[in-house]
Amino acid sequence: MTRFKAIVATAVALTLAAGLSACGGDGDGDSSETSPANTALTALANPSDKKGGTLRFGSSDDWDSPDMGNTYYAFSQNFGRLYGRALTTFNSAPGKTLELVPDLAESLGEVSEDGLTWTYKIRKGVKYSDGTEVTAKDVKHAVERSNYTAELTEGPKYFKGYLKDNEEPYKGPYDDKSETGLEAIETPDDHTIVFHLNQPFAEFDFLVQMQTQPVPKAKDNGLEYQKNILSTGPYKIDTYERGKVMKLSRNEHWDPATDPLRADKALPDNIEVTLKINPDDLDNRLMSGALDIDIMGTGVQQAAQPKILGNQANLANSDNAIAGFLRYIGVNPNVKPFDNVHCRRAVAYAMDKVGAQTGHGGPVAGGDIATTILPPGVTGYKEANRYPSGADNHGDIEKAKQELTECGQPNGFKTTLTARSDRPKEVAAATAIQAGLKKVGIEVEIKQVPAGDYFGRYAGSPKWIRNNNAGLLSMAWAADWPSGYGFLSQIVDGRTIRDGGNTNIQETRLPEVDKLLDDAAKNTDPAARTAMYTKIDELVMEDATIVPLLYAKILLYRPPNVTNLTITEGYGGMYDYLNLGVK
Amino acid sequence: MLSFIIRRFLGAMAMLVVSSIVTFGIFFVLPKLAGQTTDQLAATYAGKAPTQQAIDDIKVRLGLDEPIAVQYARFVEGVFVGKEFDNGPSEIWCPPPCLGYSFTTNEPVLPKLLDRAPVTLSLALGASVLWVVTGVGIGVLSALRRGSVFDRAAMVTALAGVSLPIYFTGLVSLAVFAYGLGLWPTGVRYVPFTENPVDWAYNLILPWVTLSFLYAALYARLTRAGMLETLGEDYIRTARAKGLPERTVITRHALRASLTPILTVFGLDLGLLLGGAVLTESTFGFAGLGALSIQSIFTGDLPMVMGVVLLATLFVVLLNFLVDVLYAVVDPRVRLS
Repeated sequence: MTRFKAIVATAVALTLAAGLSACGGDGDGDSSETSPANTALTALANPSDKKGGTLRFGSSDDWDSPDMGNTYYAFSQNFGRLYGRALTTFNSAPGKTLELVPDLAESLGEVSEDGLTWTYKIRKGVKYSDGTEVTAKDVKHAVERSNYTAELTEGPKYFKGYLKDNEEPYKGPYDDKSETGLEAIETPDDHTIVFHLNQPFAEFDFLVQMQTQPVPKAKDNGLEYQKNILSTGPYKIDTYERGKVMKLSRNEHWDPATDPLRADKALPDNIEVTLKINPDDLDNRLMSGALDIDIMGTGVQQAAQPKILGNQANLANSDNAIAGFLRYIGVNPNVKPFDNVHCRRAVAYAMDKVGAQTGHGGPVAGGDIATTILPPGVTGYKEANRYPSGADNHGDIEKAKQELTECGQPNGFKTTLTARSDRPKEVAAATAIQAGLKKVGIEVEIKQVPAGDYFGRYAGSPKWIRNNNAGLLSMAWAADWPSGYGFLSQIVDGRTIRDGGNTNIQETRLPEVDKLLDDAAKNTDPAARTAMYTKIDELVMEDATIVPLLYAKILLYRPPNVTNLTITEGYGGMYDYLNLGVK
Repeated sequence: MLSFIIRRFLGAMAMLVVSSIVTFGIFFVLPKLAGQTTDQLAATYAGKAPTQQAIDDIKVRLGLDEPIAVQYARFVEGVFVGKEFDNGPSEIWCPPPCLGYSFTTNEPVLPKLLDRAPVTLSLALGASVLWVVTGVGIGVLSALRRGSVFDRAAMVTALAGVSLPIYFTGLVSLAVFAYGLGLWPTGVRYVPFTENPVDWAYNLILPWVTLSFLYAALYARLTRAGMLETLGEDYIRTARAKGLPERTVITRHALRASLTPILTVFGLDLGLLLGGAVLTESTFGFAGLGALSIQSIFTGDLPMVMGVVLLATLFVVLLNFLVDVLYAVVDPRVRLS
């Protein structure tokens, strides 16, 4: 009998292993010539003003937390606008989704002369789902709990970085029960909130679109608040069962007169989110009409791609959106011979970008060939191609050899390229890059390391990079908000380099870039800032510490019964959830 | 009988203690041996790029900086006398038997397990009835008609059943029956029995069939082999010789003797399944214990993993106990003393 048990055990173990690896969704992409309709990229697909019905979302996973003070995911920020109003948010009008508009605030922030004080006027008459009115104190409390407590740890901590601290470091509202709380946030009256910064920051309006959804102090029960969130948006959460389902219905206390952004929206009567659906089954449900939207918004799985790309009807109902993140190879000048800029440029010229693209799933699922650091959809992006990698993007061998000679390594050299072992597409791309560089004599050894510790112990540790001769580093990066600053500040600022948790893994150190970032943070003229971001992009490209590979793209399917779909660049290329309705 | 039960009970307790220590060890000691620092462990509870202060706060709050033995003792203490957890503005009281509090999903463990158990229970019990009836039935018929077309067809199908992974048969059956033929046009979902028993059963049909296909195949092969062996025994010849009807020979003598090993396997299988039908639940999107355990392992949610492991161990121990008792009923040669 034990033998049979062993067989079952082995079978289960094998299927389990296979099942888990299948979750990664690897494999080769389909580079079919037919292309998705892309209606929702620039316009409203299936426009309709029909109200009522239930909008059914599905998720292969769950929230980190639906509490807007304890979440980081883009989908969560996008969806959270249905039940929470922050001071500002992204416009949901087609083609304008990069634009910030006032939401809970009457207008965008008013900044003082020195750039250190930001003031917002809160709209009057905005009510919670329990009928009480929102006050400025609640917004202050929301920022305090999300940024200063030891309990709510999932979200970003930008406010903590940019706001002046109390004389004695502020411990957050749970430990510090004083009436004043964080002195850097003042609430002179119920409808005014003033933020005092420790350094000028021109993009503060971008910060307040997160974590400023008001939370009344009396109703805040910490981590448990995710189960009794007070809504300020058109919907309220009736039930949230972790790993199972979230159900929302209309918030009777929401007054469209206070909400110009959502006034003519909020079409469905009910919203339902089914959680933890098998990802492949989720796609099947979308295509069979059993589900309306994949809430994660990161695109369909590998298995569903041919079903969309090979079917005219499905193509008409799909969009191939730019996801707002860049895949690149960091070239670290602290690993010889990359201390010589010509050796770095040789890699840039020799790069087989098409190979990398194929590895990542082809042009539809993988993305477009990238030639700049800032991807389209991020302010500061300007078309350029400093190192053309040949006519077909398979690498310019001649130019690369020329650079190698200038570098004093005419016959090439040996180096190491990192890739995350549990990201099969990244490994596939690394293999293609390895083959491409071999053509110019650069021998690349691929070192696979686990994704979980990639920044903690491997690529994010300059010490590890030096010890392992890892001159080339696989990387993907998306901004927390779609501006040049949001994108660049964590990856090219030489002052952010640290041992462990480093995200400037290629260790770009250009004083001119650092200064431009500081200047941009102070400059209140958006056009001037945009020009600075473009300049930074050019400077880093010139320095060749970053070799852009792909502007990542995702393939989204939209069932024909869902109305008013448009892609939002504010949240990384998924559909904007404020507009949606059902036929 | 009483001493048997007491011995078994003590054994079960020891089993639970050992498995909790092992789970704890796997979670804390193994990563440490592989070079993970407490900081890195704490960082898994924080969002993207946490500050050092955030990490330090988490370490203190979750007690991660204390020796492993102390952390384990705290866990055991919670089981017997309950525990308080820091939840920001107030404390959360977790009454005994407190299996802990998940800091990844911010929920106490035990209520979560109790909430998930009915899903797995429905899945496992329904499927087990199906696979025992079909598996044993086919096995007996195959043994009686050894070498026939039925036998061969059944054994080939059984081989397929054992070989095909559930996420394959599950997704194919969903694609064909649910969406293709439109029998479950909106996909299957778990409906609690107490809410609507008809919907409950209807939605469970595909998962039951998928799951039992795998096991039935195995049981058919097992039964066939056992039956063939028993049918060759002397006492079967004796039974036939003394003029017993063939039906009685097969059911009372041959099948009963072949059942003992099947019962053993069944106890283990059902026990394991009750701890979570991992693949089936994930494939059909059922929020049961298996889906919970996978999710918790991926997110490094130790308290939840501990809870699932303990519950699963409890099921296996319990089922084994039942099997041992049933042994005595099925096979009179076995005495419990």
